Amino acid sequence: MSKSKVYLIALSMGVVFFSSITTAAEVNLYSARKEALIQPLLEKFTAETGIEVNLITGKADALLKRITSEGVNSPADVLLTTDAGRLHRAKAAKVTLSFRSKKLEAAIPASYRDPEGHWYGLSLRSRPILYVKGKVEPSELSTYEALADARWKRRICIRSSNNIYNQSLVASLIAADGEAKTMAWAKGLVANFARRPKGGDRDQIKAAAAGQCDIAIANTYYLAGMFASKDPAQRAAAKKMGVFWPNQKGPNQLGRGAHVNISGAALIRFSKNKESAIKLVEFLASKASQKWYAETNGEYPVRPDVETTALLRSWGTYKADDLNLSKLGELNPKAVMLMDRAGWK
Amino acid sequence: MMRSLSYWSITTTVIALLLGIPACVIVANIFVPAGDVWRHLVDTVLQDYVTNSLLLMVGVTIGSLFLGVISAWLVTMLEFPGRRLFEWALLLPMAIPAYIIAYTYTGMLDFAGPVQTSLRELTGWGYGEYWFPEIRSIEGAAIMLALVLYPYVYLMARAAFISQSLCVLDVSRSLGNGPWRTFFNVALPLARPAIAAGLSLVLMETLADYGTVQYFGISTFTTGIFRTWYGLDNAPAAAQLATILLMFVLVLLTLERYSRRRARYHYTSRRHQEIHRIQLQGWHKPMASLFCFGTVLLGFLLPAGQLTLWAIDTAGAMLNSKFFTLVMHSLELASLAALLTLCVSLVLGYGRRLEPGPTVNIAVRAAGMGYAVPGTVIAIGVIIPFGWLDNTIDGWMRAQFGVSTGLLLSGSMAGLLFAYLVRFMAVSLNAVETGLGRITPSMDEAARSMGYPPRHIMGKVHIPMLKGSLLTAILLVFVDVLKELPATLILRPFNFNTLAVRAYELASDERLADSASASLAIVMAGILPVILLSRSIAQSRHHDAT
Repeated sequence: MSKSKVYLIALSMGVVFFSSITTAAEVNLYSARKEALIQPLLEKFTAETGIEVNLITGKADALLKRITSEGVNSPADVLLTTDAGRLHRAKAAKVTLSFRSKKLEAAIPASYRDPEGHWYGLSLRSRPILYVKGKVEPSELSTYEALADARWKRRICIRSSNNIYNQSLVASLIAADGEAKTMAWAKGLVANFARRPKGGDRDQIKAAAAGQCDIAIANTYYLAGMFASKDPAQRAAAKKMGVFWPNQKGPNQLGRGAHVNISGAALIRFSKNKESAIKLVEFLASKASQKWYAETNGEYPVRPDVETTALLRSWGTYKADDLNLSKLGELNPKAVMLMDRAGWK
Repeated sequence: MMRSLSYWSITTTVIALLLGIPACVIVANIFVPAGDVWRHLVDTVLQDYVTNSLLLMVGVTIGSLFLGVISAWLVTMLEFPGRRLFEWALLLPMAIPAYIIAYTYTGMLDFAGPVQTSLRELTGWGYGEYWFPEIRSIEGAAIMLALVLYPYVYLMARAAFISQSLCVLDVSRSLGNGPWRTFFNVALPLARPAIAAGLSLVLMETLADYGTVQYFGISTFTTGIFRTWYGLDNAPAAAQLATILLMFVLVLLTLERYSRRRARYHYTSRRHQEIHRIQLQGWHKPMASLFCFGTVLLGFLLPAGQLTLWAIDTAGAMLNSKFFTLVMHSLELASLAALLTLCVSLVLGYGRRLEPGPTVNIAVRAAGMGYAVPGTVIAIGVIIPFGWLDNTIDGWMRAQFGVSTGLLLSGSMAGLLFAYLVRFMAVSLNAVETGLGRITPSMDEAARSMGYPPRHIMGKVHIPMLKGSLLTAILLVFVDVLKELPATLILRPFNFNTLAVRAYELASDERLADSASASLAIVMAGILPVILLSRSIAQSRHHDAT
């Protein structure tokens, strides 16, 4: 009995000793953004502020599960995700902490942050229609809805419905057109597939450039990545593609704007380094960081006042769907079920 | 005597129970209501999941038996040009993770890839005007998996052929059977339990595969689990799907044990001689060489060559001091996990041998099931109980002493190693049990009748006879951990990356060329153990003979 108490005291002293090592200012970051797409920014942050950033990357849902299991003792301060749906899920799981920051509110348009301050968007990921120049005239294109038209039979390449960006796109259509209409649309779209969905977004662009289909649906930063690729074949494929922004003008819901998703950050409720954590999020929303997103990964900055790159400018400006992004998260399960029923593999 | 026996059985059962915790956490979800999602799954996609998983298993079985058994027979029993080289080269594909070979072949053979593009340029054909095998299909996935998994069959089949009593083969030959007849009528039936053991590993890997089928857009049980969790946001239903997967595995393992139940009768005679390999004649010679070369070419040389080309292109940006840290992390983790798994599997193996009651049998069998479970699912099964334990200890310490212990296990190396233990126990256990199976109880009895206490029997009889199997166990787990991705991704501590994590992050961002140097490093780190493995098998033959 007394022996076990001694052991416990020794143990707790050991723990106290170990935890005292990590008293320097630091932020613990759980990131669904891949290391290569965030680490350089974190290094800049540490250089500027002296605050160390500890990083683990992984799938957003797994990270979220890790946070909920770790509970009040979770070391996580900030969660970075690559889509709004997961930010919504984190908020629904009650692991996020609402916070206000004048800097963030000034920098980020209201539609790209949670109304209650639970999460803030950091970059935009738009999903327009990409077409093969010469085979498709931009005048033939109009809306996502019109892609279900029989004229596109066997001409469309898009990846599997497992992909979050397709799920979000369908969720945005459900929000705009309702479930019944979207169901009919999804069936029409599936009938227009040039091939069974497979591979990633770049694969769809490559397939279109190689002649397998005339239209590819993909996020723009993949196209930008292909332009920046060392592989001449990828650059050549990218050059064959035009970017069309759908749902720009028109009556009612059809002119709502092109579908965008965000990557964003949430503060974790159990955070022990709140001040540093908020500093980090503010840093990621700063002009310099926002420019980095555009330059390094071809994403659109979330701030309207930041200059993008020549390549992004060459694709023109667009109106983005101003649907509240939480909706994407709420409607995600419905979207997946709908795609299952429509036979979208 | 009695005391030591029950001690074994208790230890074995407790360890097996601990290893069973992640599975229990998952299975416990069958009691959580999942809403009407099941009706949706049954109405729409469940049939696809089942059919595709079964088709994939059939395809991988055919492929890996064809490649593994034939090549094992060729290099063990026949003499042909290049035989000694192929003996170990046939193991090389094992060093390549399945999802990496899938990415690589797709890069080469896809519609937009170099092969089809040059074909179109040469002939002037356009899309739809010619037929080309579709790599990203269920057949393609089966071929990819078979190409990197057949070495398990090869390994086990070869060890079985080597240790088959030559008397039997000699009798067969003296009765006028040619090498092929001997193969089909004598050697193959005798080696069946070993081949089944190898095949069960292959099929468990196949069921657990996520990377390949996900990339190829094939809906299987694994992709279904994640779709249900991530997409439908329904973790209980996902866990219930995972439970069905576990049932699959249970059936598979029972079949395998059943086919192995007579294994012990095979090794009653220890009389061996140096194998007299049959010298192949005429066109048979190049055919044998060609078969082995073709297998190594497709399973290793081509993908590794493509990776090398990509890696050379991108080496400048990718190779730096951080890369070296990745290599060190991967090697450290893999060696630690391999040693730990070996120790635990030895305890379990001995437990079953010394006290083969039904409880111990079931416990040990359950401990090996993790191999068929996708790494992410195991990781979740580890995260939840570890988090609970940490928070319970923390709460108790706060109440008693006012001291917070925080997280002791979660987010530490311990969680990660435990997950590897659960995931790869089957590999190690298989090798250890095969080794123990060769030590007949009469050997123990003989040693005991000579007055050796059990401890000494272990040192004097078992260890020398087990050496080969132990090495096999260590090396297989080492290579597996090097390649492991999903559990590492979720469970690793802060700022701790491995080669597999790096390779995956870049590849899944469709930056194949950038990911190549990390992939290639995994392959290179895996080659050395693979070669050691092959040598140890060749030597085991030699030891047995002396």
